[in-house]
Parts: sequence; structure tokens; C-alpha cells
Amino acid sequence: MYRYDEFDQKIVDQRVAQFRDQTRRYLAGELTEDQFRPLRLQNGLYVQRHAPMLRIAVPYGLLSSRQLRTLAMIASKYDRGYGHFSTRQNLQFNWPELAKVPEILAELATVQMHAIQTSGNCIRNTTTDQFAGVAHDEMVDPRPWCEIIRQWSTFHPEFAHLPRKFKIAINGAREDRAAILVHDIGLEVVDRNGEVGFKVFVGGGLGRTPIIGELVNEFLPKEHLLSYLEAILRVYNRYGRRDNKYKARIKILVKALGVEVFAAKVAQEWAFLKDGALTLTQTEIDRITTFFVPPTYEKLAGDDASFLKLRDENKAFARWVERNVFPHKVPGYAAVTLSLKPTGVPPGDATADQMEGVAALAEQYSFGEVRVSHEQNLILADVKQSDLPLIWEAAKKLGFATPNIGLITDIVCCPGGDFCSLANAKSIPVAESIQKLFDDLDYLFDLGEIDLNISGCMNSCGHHHVGHIGILGVDKNGSEWYQVALGGRQGRDAQIGKVIGPSFAQDEVPAVIGKIISVFLENRQAGEPFIDVFDRIGIEPFKTRVYAKEPSHG
Amino acid sequence: MAKIIKDRQIVEANETLLRPNDDGSFASVPEQGAVLVPLKQYLSQREMLQVRGNFGVYFAPDDEVESLGADATNLVLIAVEFPAFTDGRGFSIGRLLRERYGFNGELRAFGDVFKDTLNYLARCGFNSFAVREDKDLADALLGLDDFTEFYQAGVTHSPLFRRRIPA
Repeated sequence: MYRYDEFDQKIVDQRVAQFRDQTRRYLAGELTEDQFRPLRLQNGLYVQRHAPMLRIAVPYGLLSSRQLRTLAMIASKYDRGYGHFSTRQNLQFNWPELAKVPEILAELATVQMHAIQTSGNCIRNTTTDQFAGVAHDEMVDPRPWCEIIRQWSTFHPEFAHLPRKFKIAINGAREDRAAILVHDIGLEVVDRNGEVGFKVFVGGGLGRTPIIGELVNEFLPKEHLLSYLEAILRVYNRYGRRDNKYKARIKILVKALGVEVFAAKVAQEWAFLKDGALTLTQTEIDRITTFFVPPTYEKLAGDDASFLKLRDENKAFARWVERNVFPHKVPGYAAVTLSLKPTGVPPGDATADQMEGVAALAEQYSFGEVRVSHEQNLILADVKQSDLPLIWEAAKKLGFATPNIGLITDIVCCPGGDFCSLANAKSIPVAESIQKLFDDLDYLFDLGEIDLNISGCMNSCGHHHVGHIGILGVDKNGSEWYQVALGGRQGRDAQIGKVIGPSFAQDEVPAVIGKIISVFLENRQAGEPFIDVFDRIGIEPFKTRVYAKEPSHG
Repeated sequence: MAKIIKDRQIVEANETLLRPNDDGSFASVPEQGAVLVPLKQYLSQREMLQVRGNFGVYFAPDDEVESLGADATNLVLIAVEFPAFTDGRGFSIGRLLRERYGFNGELRAFGDVFKDTLNYLARCGFNSFAVREDKDLADALLGLDDFTEFYQAGVTHSPLFRRRIPA
């Protein structure tokens, strides 16, 4: 992974000093609330329902074990002993004390971490495939490009006060695990006869107005990446709406202008910037790429015999392998997803002890690196198949071995009304009530892949629009209600789910999900996935069942 | 405007800001004294102003730099208004004036300008800052050096990757 040199370190250290000064001035009354708010947000600091929330950047989801141990230490020393991994591959602490935040940032800086631009109307953490660099279906490793974008976007002087937040995602694999079509900019790294470049999509996004991104450039040669991004951002910074924050994302600008006009404006701006100082040099591309060369893998013949044997003999292990082990491009290796979705724990939460435990596993089995997925799980990306039985045992002890990756209980969920001051409704208790319906593993496995995503409000941090089943918390006259949508999906054929009808009270939600699953099972043809059944039979049968009047017993 | 920061010094600035009248018409330009006129007024009274001299032009966030274009090089002072510091359009205006249209006179930020905005502003080409009256100028001046190393290309720096010596 990328390691700081003196320049990177200096920039992060200067940020700590700057924020220490800003916090001091705020507490001394020299900065008003209105002045401090945007400044602290650009440092990931929210003021929440109970306490501030600090969001720490995990650039494109990559962590060293040392960094994870520092996060564990911060969780114990400054918080209540746990943290929450977010859908932006970041980590959130829910209980830090405002006055202590500069100290936390100083601790983070010692392990090359920070909270820069994890919130606010600026360019946020660039996200990518959690299996980048190891995925069996990868064409180009997106990580060097993530790092190049990270550096360009960090403290960009022109784009610190955009109309609204701005999110970039990159995918380099056949399957799109980075959800690039629902980002402000989605990049697909492609290799066209040996020439690396980018397919550029703009204007996707979730939130109040979910929209799928539109193609604005079919092939952008790699050296022009930054000048082209700068052109897009400049057009957005100048012409994006600033009068209404719900219409301020770039997707609204792209829709208002039409994608052709928007792309033409970008091309016009780019004509000035192209071949200028931002043109990437091969020296820089090589320098960054050096940090992402594959680790020294052992030469292994192929699938490990002892691993295959245990898989054949032990059903529980086989289940875990089926759901939580991902094929690796190197023979004899695998990537393991540690599920942060056991029933009864808020999705994405990890305690300090669990973080320490994962760090130890990474050191022992996976070259000391950990990844965070946007589905809020942790990944050991480079483990030997022969170590899988031991890792499974260790993961069980940590409580991270639930074999549910991609299944209905692997719920993507925001912190919701229990923590977040923006939320209209709670999301964690809803997730738990649904997980409880599917406690039986045989039943859970039989259902196959179902993405269930929950957001506590229209800001859509839980990505409900792209869940096969999406649940959205809404406010109705001051009480919490839940709207259900079906048919959403992420990936190459990303689609926004369709709302089935009027919303439900919290205690009705599990029964509604139960009815949806019944309709699915009744209509399912041999082993068909949920989403295929939905596409085949449409929304009506689900609607009819969910809203059917209960039979009267009179 | 009273005291401002210009080229890292605290100096006096005495230009009168000529806001348009309530009905939208241009304010009349006094015979004497330094004035700052709106971009639109300059564009329509260019010859008169150039004969008069002693004036600068100010931009609102939604003014188009392109409407001034290369004529920028004929000016000695351009000011950009930041009604709120969170309105980032002025940052693009600064870079465009400097990098695209070759303006090398005084580029001043005014409005909601204070310590925490100076570093970014300077990197977008501003060399003059009319800091909010309720803020301490000497403290604000320190904000210019909040960061001394930068990744991006800006008016003051080439991108770090062009300056980095590979290990």
C-alpha cells in the first residue's frame, strides 16, 4: 500500500496544527458556529445527537495492521470501545469529545492517517473494489489511480467549497464492485490493446434524486486523468446549483444541461487544461504503482488439498467458504471477507478488541493488510487456502465468521436515528429485526443472494436505492415510517429500486419482508436468484401480497 | 475598505465599492478617488473608466471571467466578492484570471474572508485580502502559511509530482 514520504507527512501534520488552532478558536469564541461548521466538516467532524461524530478516512478502503491497531487504541482511549465502518469504506467514532479531536488527529498522523475531507462540500474519499489487485476478474488494478486521485483531491484549493459533496469511485474488474454508476464521477480503468485509460461516467448518485451516471468519455488516456477531472470539477464548481442543497449535486447539473451539453462544456474547459502541468508523468505513475506491486506470494500448485478436504467434510466450513471466501488471481490463495453483520450487532460495528484481533490475523496470514468494503465488511485479501481453516476458527472467536456475505442478513445500513441527527428514522433496530427472521442458516442459504439495504433518511447513506430490497426511513407527522422498494441493484446494470407503495410502521417491517420473501419463493424456478424472479414477475405480485387485506374471521 | 493584507503586508486600501443602485442601474462614478466598479459596469463604461483611471473591477460569484477575457491584462486591480466563504466560485475566478487570461495585477478577495480561507485563496492566485472587520488581521495573516506544501497545480505551484524526486 502507499506509504507517506516527507511531503505527505508534512501536509497531514500541518492539517493537525491547523485544526488544533481552529478548535481552540471555536472554543474561545473567536470562530462562530457558522464559520466553524464547514471547517470541522472538512475534517470529518459532525455534531450528532449525543456527541460529535468523527469520520476517519480509510483511503480506498486500505488499512495496514498498524493503522487498525491505532484505530483500536483510539476507540478505547477516546471513544466507547468501538467504531463503525461506513459505506464509504471509512471508520466513524460516535462518542469523541470535541476538545480531544485535535489529539485524536495527532495520533492518526503518526500512522499516516487523517480525517481530511471525509465530510463537507468537497471531494470525498475515493472508493474502489475491496478486492482490487487480487480479484480473479480484474483487468487493471485501480489502486494506483485511487492514490493519484487521493493526492490531487486532498486540499485542492479550488474545489474545497463545491455546491455539494463529491464522490469518485473506480473499478478495474469485470464485475463492478465499486458501484461506479451511482457516483458523481465513476471511472472504469480499461486496458485497450496495452494502453491504459478510463471510461468516465458522470452524474450518478443516490440521495433524494437517485440517478444512474452517464457516459461522458469513452476512453480517456491515463496521462490526462487529472486534467480531465479538473475540467469536470471546474464546470461543476462554476455552474452547479447553490440555491437549493437538494438540487446541488452534479447529477442535477448534468440532467439540467443534458449530458451532451455537459460533456461539451467539459471538453471546452479541458481544451485549456489538456497537456498542461497536470499531465501525469510516467515517472509519477511508476512511482505510485511501485507501492501496489503484488506481495511475495508462495508458488503454490493450485487449490490446497487440506482445505478442499475440510470443505467436503464440514458443512459449516463449506458454507463459510461459499459465502465469505473469494477467488484470488494467484493459485492457492484466497480473499476472505470477515462479516461485520452478525445478528444483534449494528451492521459495520467493530469493537477495539475485534479490531486488534483482525490486525493480528492480517499480520499472521495476509501480509499485514486489511481492506474495508463499501458493504461494511473487512477483508483479508491475500491468504493461503491452506490457512483458511485456522482463519475460520479465529474469525469465529472474533464473531466475524457469519457465513452471510451477499445474503439477506448481510445488511448495508447507516447508523440511523440512534446516532445521526439527519436521520428521520432508526435503521439499526430494523436491520436486527430482519436478521432475526433469517436466523436459520439452511433457510438463509436456500434464499440465495439478496441485497437488503437500509437508510434512515433520504441522504441514502445505507444505499437503499440499489438494494434488491431497499428500506428507507421517512418522517410522517413526527413518527418513524419505512418505505420499501424492490428491484434495485448495483454493478454494471445498476438500477434504482421501485417503491412498492405506502410506508409501514417499524413493527410491521419484518412481516412485510417475510411476505416479499414468500412471493419470491412461491414464484421461484429451481435455484433462481431473487432479483431474477423480480425481473421475471415484476412488482405487482409483491405489491398485491404485501397490501392484501388480512382475511376476516367473522 | 480600510486595512487589508496585500503581498503579506498590512496596508491601507481606500477604494470605494460602487454597488449598483437598488433599481439595478450603475452607480455614478465620482470624479475623484479610487473606486471598485462591478464587472458589468466596466464592460459598459470601459472607455470612460480607462480615461478616468484609478479604478478596479470587482466580480460577483456568478460573473463570467470569459466576458472580461484578455482585457484583464489592462487592469491593475480585480477584486472578487465572497458573499459566504462556502461559495467556492470565486476560487475558479481567481485561477482563470491568473492562469488563462494572464492577469498579474492585484487580485483581492473581499467579503467573508478570514484566516481559514487565505491559504486556498493564495493558491488560487489572490495576493490581497480584505479580511472581515470582526477578525484580527495579524492572526489572519498567519493563515497564509497553514500549509506550505501542496499536491495540486495552482497559481503558485506546479503539482507536487513534478517537484518530487523519486526515491
